[in-house]
Amino acid sequence: MSTFDQVANIIAETCDIPRDTITPESHAIDDLGIDSLDFLDIAFAIDKAFGIKLPLEKWTQEVNDGKATTEQYFVLSNLCTRIDELVAAKGA
Amino acid sequence: MRLEYFQLIDRIVDLDIGAQSIKAEATVPTTSTIFEGHFPGFPIMPGVLLVESMAQTSGWLLVALNKFERMPFFASIKDAKFRQFVKPGERLDLTARVVHEGSGYAMTQATVSIDGKQRCSAQLTLVLAPFPNPEFRSHMTDMAQRIEFPKHAMPQS
Repeated sequence: MSTFDQVANIIAETCDIPRDTITPESHAIDDLGIDSLDFLDIAFAIDKAFGIKLPLEKWTQEVNDGKATTEQYFVLSNLCTRIDELVAAKGA
Repeated sequence: MRLEYFQLIDRIVDLDIGAQSIKAEATVPTTSTIFEGHFPGFPIMPGVLLVESMAQTSGWLLVALNKFERMPFFASIKDAKFRQFVKPGERLDLTARVVHEGSGYAMTQATVSIDGKQRCSAQLTLVLAPFPNPEFRSHMTDMAQRIEFPKHAMPQS
Protein backbone atom coordinates (compact mmCIF):
# COMPACT_ATOMS: atom_id res chain seq x y z
CA MET A 1 0.00 0.00 0.00
CA SER A 2 1.36 3.44 -0.87
CA THR A 3 2.13 6.04 1.77
CA PHE A 4 -0.79 8.10 0.47
CA ASP A 5 -3.23 5.19 0.77
CA GLN A 6 -2.11 4.50 4.31
CA VAL A 7 -2.41 8.16 5.30
CA ALA A 8 -5.77 8.55 3.57
CA ASN A 9 -7.09 5.48 5.36
CA ILE A 10 -5.87 6.83 8.69
CA ILE A 11 -7.57 10.18 8.06
CA ALA A 12 -10.80 8.53 6.93
CA GLU A 13 -10.91 6.32 9.99
CA THR A 14 -9.72 8.87 12.55
CA CYS A 15 -11.85 11.79 11.40
CA ASP A 16 -14.80 9.93 9.91
CA ILE A 17 -14.23 11.48 6.49
CA PRO A 18 -15.37 9.48 3.41
CA ARG A 19 -12.28 7.86 1.96
CA ASP A 20 -13.18 8.75 -1.63
CA THR A 21 -13.15 12.48 -0.84
CA ILE A 22 -9.51 12.33 0.22
CA THR A 23 -7.06 12.93 -2.64
CA PRO A 24 -3.33 13.67 -2.84
CA GLU A 25 -4.26 17.29 -3.58
CA SER A 26 -6.43 17.62 -0.46
CA HIS A 27 -5.30 20.15 2.11
CA ALA A 28 -5.89 18.53 5.49
CA ILE A 29 -7.00 21.78 7.10
CA ASP A 30 -8.53 23.84 4.30
CA ASP A 31 -10.17 21.07 2.27
CA LEU A 32 -10.85 18.31 4.77
CA GLY A 33 -11.63 20.60 7.71
CA ILE A 34 -9.30 18.82 10.11
CA ASP A 35 -8.46 20.99 13.11
CA SER A 36 -5.25 20.94 15.10
CA LEU A 37 -6.64 18.68 17.82
CA ASP A 38 -7.95 16.12 15.35
CA PHE A 39 -4.61 16.29 13.60
CA LEU A 40 -2.94 15.08 16.81
CA ASP A 41 -4.90 11.84 16.51
CA ILE A 42 -3.82 11.55 12.89
CA ALA A 43 -0.20 12.28 13.82
CA PHE A 44 -0.40 9.63 16.55
CA ALA A 45 -1.67 7.05 14.06
CA ILE A 46 0.93 8.03 11.44
CA ASP A 47 3.73 7.92 14.02
CA LYS A 48 2.63 4.42 15.02
CA ALA A 49 2.08 3.15 11.48
CA PHE A 50 5.42 4.40 10.13
CA GLY A 51 7.57 4.26 13.27
CA ILE A 52 8.41 7.96 13.05
CA LYS A 53 7.67 11.16 14.93
CA LEU A 54 6.11 13.88 12.81
CA PRO A 55 7.85 17.12 13.87
CA LEU A 56 4.61 19.05 14.30
CA GLU A 57 6.11 21.68 16.58
CA LYS A 58 8.87 22.47 14.10
CA TRP A 59 6.41 22.67 11.21
CA THR A 60 4.06 24.91 13.17
CA GLN A 61 6.92 27.19 14.12
CA GLU A 62 8.07 27.44 10.51
CA VAL A 63 4.56 28.35 9.36
CA ASN A 64 4.15 30.89 12.16
CA ASP A 65 7.52 32.44 11.31
CA GLY A 66 6.58 32.69 7.64
CA LYS A 67 9.37 30.30 6.64
CA ALA A 68 6.95 27.73 5.25
CA THR A 69 3.36 27.52 4.10
CA THR A 70 0.75 25.15 5.44
CA GLU A 71 0.56 23.68 1.92
CA GLN A 72 4.11 22.37 2.27
CA TYR A 73 3.10 20.17 5.18
CA PHE A 74 -0.65 19.69 5.04
CA VAL A 75 -1.41 19.05 1.39
CA LEU A 76 -1.46 15.27 1.54
CA SER A 77 0.97 14.60 -1.30
CA ASN A 78 3.47 16.88 0.46
CA LEU A 79 2.73 15.31 3.83
CA CYS A 80 3.40 11.88 2.34
CA THR A 81 6.71 13.11 0.92
CA ARG A 82 7.68 14.29 4.42
CA ILE A 83 6.68 10.93 5.85
CA ASP A 84 8.77 9.09 3.26
CA GLU A 85 11.72 11.34 4.10
CA LEU A 86 11.35 10.64 7.80
CA VAL A 87 11.10 6.90 7.18
CA ALA A 88 14.19 7.03 4.96
CA ALA A 89 16.10 9.07 7.56
CA LYS A 90 15.18 6.54 10.23
CA GLY A 91 16.59 3.69 8.15
CA ALA A 92 19.74 5.57 7.17
CA MET B 1 -7.82 16.29 47.69
CA ARG B 2 -8.69 19.93 47.91
CA LEU B 3 -11.73 20.01 45.70
CA GLU B 4 -12.31 23.73 46.21
CA TYR B 5 -8.88 24.41 44.69
CA PHE B 6 -9.24 21.70 42.07
CA GLN B 7 -6.20 19.95 43.53
CA LEU B 8 -7.02 16.31 43.09
CA ILE B 9 -3.67 14.70 43.86
CA ASP B 10 -2.44 14.41 47.44
CA ARG B 11 0.90 12.73 46.96
CA ILE B 12 3.23 11.33 44.33
CA VAL B 13 4.04 7.79 45.42
CA ASP B 14 6.41 6.76 42.66
CA LEU B 15 7.87 8.33 39.55
CA ASP B 16 9.79 6.23 37.05
CA ILE B 17 11.33 8.51 34.43
CA GLY B 18 12.77 5.60 32.42
CA ALA B 19 9.48 3.73 32.26
CA GLN B 20 7.58 7.01 31.76
CA SER B 21 5.14 6.13 34.51
CA ILE B 22 3.85 7.59 37.75
CA LYS B 23 1.82 6.52 40.76
CA ALA B 24 -0.07 8.95 42.97
CA GLU B 25 -2.66 8.83 45.69
CA ALA B 26 -5.54 10.96 46.83
CA THR B 27 -8.27 10.68 49.40
CA VAL B 28 -11.75 11.83 48.55
CA PRO B 29 -12.92 14.26 51.24
CA THR B 30 -15.68 13.02 53.49
CA THR B 31 -17.60 16.26 53.13
CA SER B 32 -17.95 18.73 50.28
CA THR B 33 -20.73 20.89 48.91
CA ILE B 34 -20.31 18.86 45.71
CA PHE B 35 -21.76 15.85 47.47
CA GLU B 36 -24.79 17.84 48.53
CA GLY B 37 -25.80 17.97 44.88
CA HIS B 38 -24.13 14.82 43.55
CA PHE B 39 -26.30 13.31 44.89
CA PRO B 40 -28.63 14.22 47.78
CA GLY B 41 -28.71 11.18 50.05
CA PHE B 42 -26.28 9.30 47.80
CA PRO B 43 -22.92 11.10 47.66
CA ILE B 44 -20.53 9.85 44.97
CA MET B 45 -17.49 11.38 43.30
CA PRO B 46 -18.49 12.94 39.95
CA GLY B 47 -17.00 11.20 36.92
CA VAL B 48 -15.64 14.49 35.60
CA LEU B 49 -13.56 14.88 38.76
CA LEU B 50 -12.23 11.35 38.38
CA VAL B 51 -11.24 12.29 34.84
CA GLU B 52 -9.55 15.40 36.18
CA SER B 53 -7.67 13.31 38.74
CA MET B 54 -6.36 11.12 35.90
CA ALA B 55 -5.47 14.23 33.89
CA GLN B 56 -3.57 15.73 36.83
CA THR B 57 -1.71 12.47 37.42
CA SER B 58 -0.77 12.39 33.72
CA GLY B 59 0.15 16.05 33.91
CA TRP B 60 2.60 15.59 36.77
CA LEU B 61 4.23 12.75 34.87
CA LEU B 62 4.67 14.94 31.81
CA VAL B 63 5.90 17.89 33.88
CA ALA B 64 8.61 15.58 35.23
CA LEU B 65 9.53 14.16 31.83
CA ASN B 66 9.81 17.71 30.48
CA LYS B 67 11.85 18.86 33.48
CA PHE B 68 9.36 21.60 34.39
CA GLU B 69 10.11 23.35 31.08
CA ARG B 70 6.73 22.64 29.49
CA MET B 71 3.24 22.70 30.93
CA PRO B 72 0.83 19.94 29.88
CA PHE B 73 -2.71 21.06 29.12
CA PHE B 74 -5.54 18.54 28.92
CA ALA B 75 -6.67 18.28 25.28
CA SER B 76 -8.76 15.15 24.79
CA ILE B 77 -9.92 11.92 26.34
CA LYS B 78 -10.86 8.56 24.89
CA ASP B 79 -12.31 5.36 26.22
CA ALA B 80 -13.14 6.76 29.64
CA LYS B 81 -14.69 4.04 31.77
CA PHE B 82 -16.24 4.33 35.21
CA ARG B 83 -16.65 0.83 36.55
CA GLN B 84 -17.86 1.43 40.08
CA PHE B 85 -18.91 4.34 42.27
CA VAL B 86 -16.27 6.24 44.21
CA LYS B 87 -17.51 7.43 47.58
CA PRO B 88 -16.47 10.15 50.07
CA GLY B 89 -13.52 9.11 52.24
CA GLU B 90 -12.15 6.50 49.84
CA ARG B 91 -8.45 6.48 48.98
CA LEU B 92 -7.59 6.48 45.31
CA ASP B 93 -4.49 4.95 43.81
CA LEU B 94 -3.79 6.69 40.52
CA THR B 95 -1.44 5.63 37.76
CA ALA B 96 -0.43 7.07 34.43
CA ARG B 97 2.03 6.02 31.78
CA VAL B 98 2.99 7.53 28.46
CA VAL B 99 1.72 5.51 25.52
CA HIS B 100 2.96 7.93 22.88
CA GLU B 101 5.32 10.88 23.00
CA GLY B 102 4.55 13.09 20.02
CA SER B 103 5.92 16.42 18.91
CA GLY B 104 4.34 18.93 21.30
CA TYR B 105 1.88 16.48 22.78
CA ALA B 106 1.72 13.17 24.60
CA MET B 107 -0.84 10.47 25.13
CA THR B 108 -1.19 8.65 28.41
CA GLN B 109 -3.12 5.72 29.78
CA ALA B 110 -4.38 6.45 33.27
CA THR B 111 -6.24 4.48 35.92
CA VAL B 112 -7.92 4.99 39.27
CA SER B 113 -8.00 2.02 41.65
CA ILE B 114 -9.24 1.45 45.17
CA ASP B 115 -7.88 -1.43 47.23
CA GLY B 116 -6.27 -2.89 44.13
CA LYS B 117 -9.46 -2.90 42.10
CA GLN B 118 -9.65 -0.64 39.08
CA ARG B 119 -12.56 1.80 39.16
CA CYS B 120 -11.78 4.07 36.20
CA SER B 121 -9.50 4.20 33.19
CA ALA B 122 -8.99 6.44 30.18
CA GLN B 123 -6.60 7.43 27.45
CA LEU B 124 -5.73 11.11 27.58
CA THR B 125 -4.00 13.55 25.27
CA LEU B 126 -2.14 16.51 26.73
CA VAL B 127 -0.62 19.31 24.71
CA LEU B 128 2.74 20.57 25.91
CA ALA B 129 3.27 24.32 25.87
CA PRO B 130 5.76 26.74 27.38
CA PHE B 131 4.67 28.07 30.76
CA PRO B 132 2.62 31.21 30.06
CA ASN B 133 4.42 33.12 32.81
CA PRO B 134 7.04 32.58 35.55
CA GLU B 135 4.43 32.79 38.31
CA PHE B 136 2.62 29.77 36.94
CA ARG B 137 5.82 27.73 36.78
CA SER B 138 6.70 28.82 40.31
CA HIS B 139 3.27 27.75 41.48
CA MET B 140 3.82 24.35 39.90
CA THR B 141 7.17 23.84 41.61
CA ASP B 142 5.63 24.87 44.94
CA MET B 143 2.79 22.46 44.37
CA ALA B 144 5.23 19.72 43.39
CA GLN B 145 6.95 20.08 46.75
CA ARG B 146 3.63 19.98 48.55
CA ILE B 147 2.69 16.69 46.93
CA GLU B 148 6.11 15.17 47.66
CA PHE B 149 7.37 15.22 44.11
CA PRO B 150 10.63 13.21 44.03
CA LYS B 151 13.61 15.51 44.57
CA HIS B 152 15.51 14.03 41.63
CA ALA B 153 12.77 15.17 39.28
CA MET B 154 12.55 18.72 40.63
CA PRO B 155 14.12 21.55 38.62
CA GLN B 156 17.56 22.61 39.77
CA SER B 157 16.73 26.31 40.01
